[in-house]
Amino acid sequence: MDNLLKIKNGAVVDRNAIPNVSNSVFFSSLAEFVKNDGYIVQFFGYIENGINRLIAVVRNRDLYVIETEVGSSFQSLTGSTSEKFHLFEREIAEQFGIIPEGHPWLKMVRYHKNYTGAPDAFGNDYAKEHIPGNYHYFQVEGESIHEVGVGPVHAGIIEPGHFRFQCAGEEVLHLEIQLGYQHRGIEKMMPSVPQKRWPIICESIAGDTSVGHNLCFSQAVEALASLKVDDKSSIVRSIALELERIANHIGDLGALSGDVAFNPPAAYFGRIRGEFLNLLQVLGGNRFGKGLVRPGGVTHVMEEEQIKIVRAKLHELIPEIEHVCDLLFSATTVLARFENTGIVAHEMAKDLGLVGYAGRACGISYDARVAFPTEYYAHLPANENNTTDGDVNSRASVRREEIMHSMQIILQLLEMYEQIGATTGAVFMKEHSLKANSFVVTINEGWRGELSHCVLTDNNGKVQRYKIKDPSFHNWTGLAMSLRNQGISDFPLCNKSYNLSYCGFDL
Amino acid sequence: MLKVIKNRMEQGCKTSKYPKEPIQLYKRFRGMPRINASCSQSVIQQCADICPQDCIDTKNKTIDLGRCTFCGQCEVQSKGEFVLFSENFELGAASREHLITGGSLPALAEHSKQHFKKLFGRSLQLRQVSAAGCNSCEADTNVLNTPFFDLSRFGIDFVASPRHADGIHVTGPISRNMTQALLDTYEAVPSPKVVIASGCCSISGGPFYGSDEVVGDLNKLIPVDLYIPGCPPHPLTTLHALLQFFK
Ligand code: SF4
Ligand code: SF4
Repeated sequence: MDNLLKIKNGAVVDRNAIPNVSNSVFFSSLAEFVKNDGYIVQFFGYIENGINRLIAVVRNRDLYVIETEVGSSFQSLTGSTSEKFHLFEREIAEQFGIIPEGHPWLKMVRYHKNYTGAPDAFGNDYAKEHIPGNYHYFQVEGESIHEVGVGPVHAGIIEPGHFRFQCAGEEVLHLEIQLGYQHRGIEKMMPSVPQKRWPIICESIAGDTSVGHNLCFSQAVEALASLKVDDKSSIVRSIALELERIANHIGDLGALSGDVAFNPPAAYFGRIRGEFLNLLQVLGGNRFGKGLVRPGGVTHVMEEEQIKIVRAKLHELIPEIEHVCDLLFSATTVLARFENTGIVAHEMAKDLGLVGYAGRACGISYDARVAFPTEYYAHLPANENNTTDGDVNSRASVRREEIMHSMQIILQLLEMYEQIGATTGAVFMKEHSLKANSFVVTINEGWRGELSHCVLTDNNGKVQRYKIKDPSFHNWTGLAMSLRNQGISDFPLCNKSYNLSYCGFDL
Repeated sequence: MLKVIKNRMEQGCKTSKYPKEPIQLYKRFRGMPRINASCSQSVIQQCADICPQDCIDTKNKTIDLGRCTFCGQCEVQSKGEFVLFSENFELGAASREHLITGGSLPALAEHSKQHFKKLFGRSLQLRQVSAAGCNSCEADTNVLNTPFFDLSRFGIDFVASPRHADGIHVTGPISRNMTQALLDTYEAVPSPKVVIASGCCSISGGPFYGSDEVVGDLNKLIPVDLYIPGCPPHPLTTLHALLQFFK
């Protein structure tokens, strides 16, 4: 731990202050940290002055950062230390052609050519077409084994991705998830496009997490440009983040209900979800909160009228939601399908580093709103999860608890907003000059879990590297593990209980 | 069972009367822009400079709704002098040029292809293809199946197999990695078929224009029949466009 620099969420660090240690110190420090209940927030590569560099941001109760220089390869920690490293190391290989030596299953993350023109880590030639999915999936052999491939285009109105199941009869022995179909090259775009495009891009990293990702982005710019956000704007942001959480959780509870063919809650929640999207539209003119959060504050402050609308809607919906939840969670036919389906054990969840409700359903209580509070969260009570069996039922129950909790804290936030006397002005996107040679990491609890953006600036205050992490990056592996020894017909149910982001992962 | 009945009574019937009766969206919603052509050139220039999508033409005083994300920045910048966004969500267009607007759109129903109305007016089955859509477009398309919008009452449905479909509804800027799957899906739809580009991403690349990982314009791959602008289009925008174009 001595080699790591303790940092704060959303606070600028001089890049010279980041410990630049030798490879062996870097990897042994990370290994020790992760073994002692430490988790990875960010671990990524970048190239400066022709030198390959790796930066890691890790957390226990606090946040730390450490850095090293590497050649064309480094020593993988995935097999020797923890699964938590596996995707991060593959990402570094794909983006920069830097090879993690000894990685047990080194394969593509998103199928794209690397940023530097170095030889492709996987020997792919992206000038040729048809590369996505062109890969030897892990195969189980045996006479009664069969393979099921699903996607990239799925049956419903959802994003693309490929799932490859190895089955013995109905039982899934192994599920391999290959994404990358949604890759838009966002991290590569960010340093090269004008600043005015940043918020538009960031709120479309994952459209169901527009508020969350734009909060991470805006807080990073605020830190680098020394902008202050007043309390009232901060409250609007917190309310928007909670509305986003509620809308998504409610939509998922409805979809889970539909997946077990219990139609009334599916219909009711489908409609009620829309009520929350409409509240986001009342706040900022867009059902997904796009265009609301900008560096320095929000583009629309709440006036009396909006406060009244939000409050009245919540009072109307709280009992309705309670009743529909009761209908859903007390139906024996539903519980029979939810309970003991898609279990991830607590130890496994810790090994994988699951975050958000996927982690909390397995008894990992981490909630960034509590651990690293931003905006107005330090003034608000935390939620407590009571069902932690790691199955579909737990993931659904955590959502139910979070919906009720979020609605209560929005009511509290509205009151706080009214008590603050000072009026506040709306902001909009402007060019900001960013502090040179600086580093900042921002973390927020999006509805799926820990979101994080990381920005490095160069000597001229230009963005050197923009790194984005959606919680789905941690959690897709959780879905794969949920399917082990599960009936293949339970896949839709398990999948919905996580409802992970394709584009948030693919960037 | 009792709980099912109680909830049913509490929920009541929530299906909207649109299009028989108009719907008023909340005033902060940004729909069809009202453009003031007599606005001073310098203000228009300021708007064009801050527009993240570079979709304001200062000479012709138009906005390209195929690129616009309706972020509202130009309205704030010009204090409403050049642009004011109305609550009018009826934004669909039958040709790409129509989307470059000086403040009004040609009536969609009059520009739709008559043989489509005949073929699909009573029943339209669509296969949705997300080609790197951010999931806002997808979610607000999916929502048409919820009781409030209840798309099926118009004989329009989203289906699982392209073989059962009359056309495709495409969202997203079409990543390089989805191009083949999109083309395969299109191929699998029996002719005659309709192509709908939904959201500024599929029309122009949207927020991701210029990235070398996306195609950015569906028209480059296959001919588009119907454009539904927005980021994402409001569900009512989609509903209106489908009804006008096919009914
Ligand atoms: S609303 Fe449209 S035209 Fe106006 S600034 Fe935003 S993208 Fe540009
Ligand atoms: S148009 Fe906007 S909402 Fe639709 S996919 Fe593109 S970024 Fe997302």
